[in-house]
Amino acid sequence: MSPDGESNDLFAYAVALADDALIHGQRLAEWVSRAPTLEEELAIANVALDHIGRARMFYARALEVAQDGRTEDDLAYRRDADEFANLTIFELPRGDFAVAVARQFLTDAFNVPFLEALAASRDAGLAAIGEKALKESTYHLRRSRDWVLRLGDGTDESRRRMQSAIDALWGHCAELFEPFAAEQRLIARGVAVDRAALEKPWRGTIDATLADATLHVPTTQPSPYRGRLGRHTGYLEPLLADMQVLQRTYPGQQW
Amino acid sequence: MPLFEVFVRSKRGLDHRHVGSLHAEDAQQALEYARDVYTRRSEGVSIWVVRSSDIVASQESDSASFYDPQDDKPYRHATFYRVPDDVNL
Repeated sequence: MSPDGESNDLFAYAVALADDALIHGQRLAEWVSRAPTLEEELAIANVALDHIGRARMFYARALEVAQDGRTEDDLAYRRDADEFANLTIFELPRGDFAVAVARQFLTDAFNVPFLEALAASRDAGLAAIGEKALKESTYHLRRSRDWVLRLGDGTDESRRRMQSAIDALWGHCAELFEPFAAEQRLIARGVAVDRAALEKPWRGTIDATLADATLHVPTTQPSPYRGRLGRHTGYLEPLLADMQVLQRTYPGQQW
Repeated sequence: MPLFEVFVRSKRGLDHRHVGSLHAEDAQQALEYARDVYTRRSEGVSIWVVRSSDIVASQESDSASFYDPQDDKPYRHATFYRVPDDVNL
């Protein structure tokens, strides 16, 4: 493959990972001023910032490769929904607190082995991000798993809500394990993580935790949406409208 | 939710210092919240949390009997010793 093809693939891969982190961070940030307690609000805001920081690192790596004069802001604030490559689980509505916990838990359980593997990437830039983000995600998983246990093995109401949150997101988890074309070529070169191989360890974590939380593993069918391919739910556009309003209203504005 | 007092040790070798309090369901959650509330700017290397209700505190009303009697016993203070020059206080 030509060097150009290689760097196009790496750009697309880094942007996709950045989009996941950015959209998740934005959804989490919506909890600020709405969390059940002050302590929980600070904790969620910390996690949100971890994800937004991660998005910046991945965008920066993508832009190092592209060298086309674009900035992180261009990628975050001046692309439309169909140009975003985030997985749809991250764009689904904020929902109740159980939904925030479920989204966090289902994706943290994926992120930990994913980042562990990314830290061994042959791309030194991605490997460094993997190493840094792994420490954050290890803590995120500790927190989200703890909440799944509390809510699942809690009151009737908390258990009902935790189960319905897991049920609602379950169909979107299939996307976690589907590499897109550029990613597949990068896997062959030892740059990208073979995400399909992570499904088994992921299921191990999920099954064990849900059992401890007296919850059951849903049997929902995979959703028809594929965020990586730009096939998003209708929830992404309003999220972007909110997140991008400043740059859309005052293009190039800085502070 | 019960109240917990939070103690953070900022560096190895130093003592834990009381930094504040927070509400949590139990000690485990209190420890995680303490991490997020009180160490987010790298303030610490170790955290203790303890239920506020488990702390037994002296009362303001006891201060006459607790502390005043010490005021007229200056011989208990080490002020009568000459500190050698080599000792840095």
